Amino acid sequence: MMLLSEQVLNGLQYGMTLFLMAAGLTLVFGVMGLINLAHGSLYMLGAFACAWVAGATGSFALGLIASLSAAAAAGALVEVVVIRRLYARDHLEQVLATFALILVFSEGARWVFGSFPLYLTLPSALSGAVMLPGGLQYPLFRLAIIGVGVAVAVGLWLLISRTRLGIRIRAGEADREMVAALGVDIARLYTAVFALGAALAGLAGALVGTIQSVQVGMGEPVLILAFVVIVIGGIGSIKGAFVAALLVGLTDALGKALLPSLFARVMEVSAANGIGTALGSMLIYILMAGVLIWRPQGLYGARA
Amino acid sequence: MGRDAALNTAVFAALVAVAFGAHVYGAPYVVTLATKAAILALAGVGLNLALGYGGMVSFGHAVFFGIGGYVTGIFASHAAAGTPVTTFPFTIAGSAEMLGIWPMAMVVTALAAVVIGALSLRTTGVYFIMVTLAFAQMVYYFAISWRAYGGEDGLSFYVRNSFPGLNTFAPLQFFAISAVLLAMAMAFSALVTRSRFGLALQAARANRQRVMASGIRPFALQLTAFVLSAAIVGLAGALYADLNRFVSPAMLSWHMSGEIMVFVILGGVGRLAGPVAGAGVFILLEQLLGGVSEYWQALLGLLLLAIVLYAPGGILGLLARGMRRV
Repeated sequence: MMLLSEQVLNGLQYGMTLFLMAAGLTLVFGVMGLINLAHGSLYMLGAFACAWVAGATGSFALGLIASLSAAAAAGALVEVVVIRRLYARDHLEQVLATFALILVFSEGARWVFGSFPLYLTLPSALSGAVMLPGGLQYPLFRLAIIGVGVAVAVGLWLLISRTRLGIRIRAGEADREMVAALGVDIARLYTAVFALGAALAGLAGALVGTIQSVQVGMGEPVLILAFVVIVIGGIGSIKGAFVAALLVGLTDALGKALLPSLFARVMEVSAANGIGTALGSMLIYILMAGVLIWRPQGLYGARA
Repeated sequence: MGRDAALNTAVFAALVAVAFGAHVYGAPYVVTLATKAAILALAGVGLNLALGYGGMVSFGHAVFFGIGGYVTGIFASHAAAGTPVTTFPFTIAGSAEMLGIWPMAMVVTALAAVVIGALSLRTTGVYFIMVTLAFAQMVYYFAISWRAYGGEDGLSFYVRNSFPGLNTFAPLQFFAISAVLLAMAMAFSALVTRSRFGLALQAARANRQRVMASGIRPFALQLTAFVLSAAIVGLAGALYADLNRFVSPAMLSWHMSGEIMVFVILGGVGRLAGPVAGAGVFILLEQLLGGVSEYWQALLGLLLLAIVLYAPGGILGLLARGMRRV
């Protein structure tokens, strides 16, 4: 029981970081119709900025601010220099150009920071464990990540449903020409949306970099999982991204924790471990396949 | 011979000339590089069938490359150890014969492609890209956790598989095998795209509604093209495994999928010899830029970016435009 509730919390925490990644991707796709593979590079950039600034100043808060601003600035720059030329192109060209950006970002980071991983130390206020009701000890920082995820989800919802920028974003999704005709500067709106998505990716990188390590290539596995989240949730839907991210996070954590012991009931332990681990790592993709059979457009997608 | 056919022949002839020239001048390393280019080009020719002619932007073709490689590695290592590959439902012995391994690699790859393709083709556009990428990642993680065949470390086999009448360890002879298979795949690709099936496939890419209105189901066409494409990529994977005498999960990684796609685009989408030019130039850049800086992939990224933004037809597109001007 204790194991189960701990794994549920791990799953929630994992799901929240996936949501931070998927929210930016799905926003950019919904508004601009762009598939951005380099989103994982912005995640990596946020992690490196946080590790470097926190290491130099000793302040984790400054590191977080650095990760947000570095990723947002890099996002805005990339949008103006490259991405802007891709909106009118087909998806194949978008994939290639952003794949090229990954190569540039990854090798650039390797050049500046080297191939060895960096480690972030937790601020003392957020380190250690807390006693949850029911007697479960759980790391405070992971709870903080869940909190950040919820706060970002609420913030995004407020931004999109209640603010002027949100109205423009929704209008831009619906009819780009009409919005431009009404006097909204579409180019600036797109740069702002892209930078917002980039900042969320950078934040996710900084948070995950704190519990794991910061290294070149850390972005792409998360990027692909964020794609799985988007496919399950429905492209362009932030609500879908939230629900699917939690679903994927929980499926992954519970599957990896429980499958080996479930298989151990019907076969010998070493074989059960092997099959359980292999199947556990495939479970979210099986979930995705299931959703595709049942609803190809995703849980909250409008239409495939 | 039309201009395109002349261009295709010239590109293929250039690859063969490099290999034979290097052999004559006693540079076996260059012959091996040309072999690598031929094998990667074969993978590109396979992907081109789905991507260029079928309009299916698969970002997961490394899965077929890797499966072809693993089939080769598994059969070769069992042959070396003298153990059967499986005893259930019937005994399958290991093999060190290329002619036995190739069909096996292609069949297994094609079966995987039927499953992945049937699921992925329920979606279109950007969903399709993400879903193919995700399925490839699934197989990648499976290979990593599959300890029996090396897991994360990959699987080595010490003897290159044999081909009747040839010494596969001689660089030029292995190149010849790869180049002949590449030529066959290009010829097959040319035949397919000119057949009724190929025309309908290209029509389905250009205008799905009209094809459906003329009573043809795009799904069946696209799935067939996807499976054919995967089988060719699987064959390339088998050769690549033999070239290195090593297979590892890296063959299945998203990065590999991206590279196969780069060969196709760098050369020119939907052109028969596009992948050959693309793979050749890629290997050339790897050698030249790799000597300049260990961060050569950043330069490759910038070059790729320039091609996508300013030369959408790829290298052969540029060449063809140049020839038209003459």
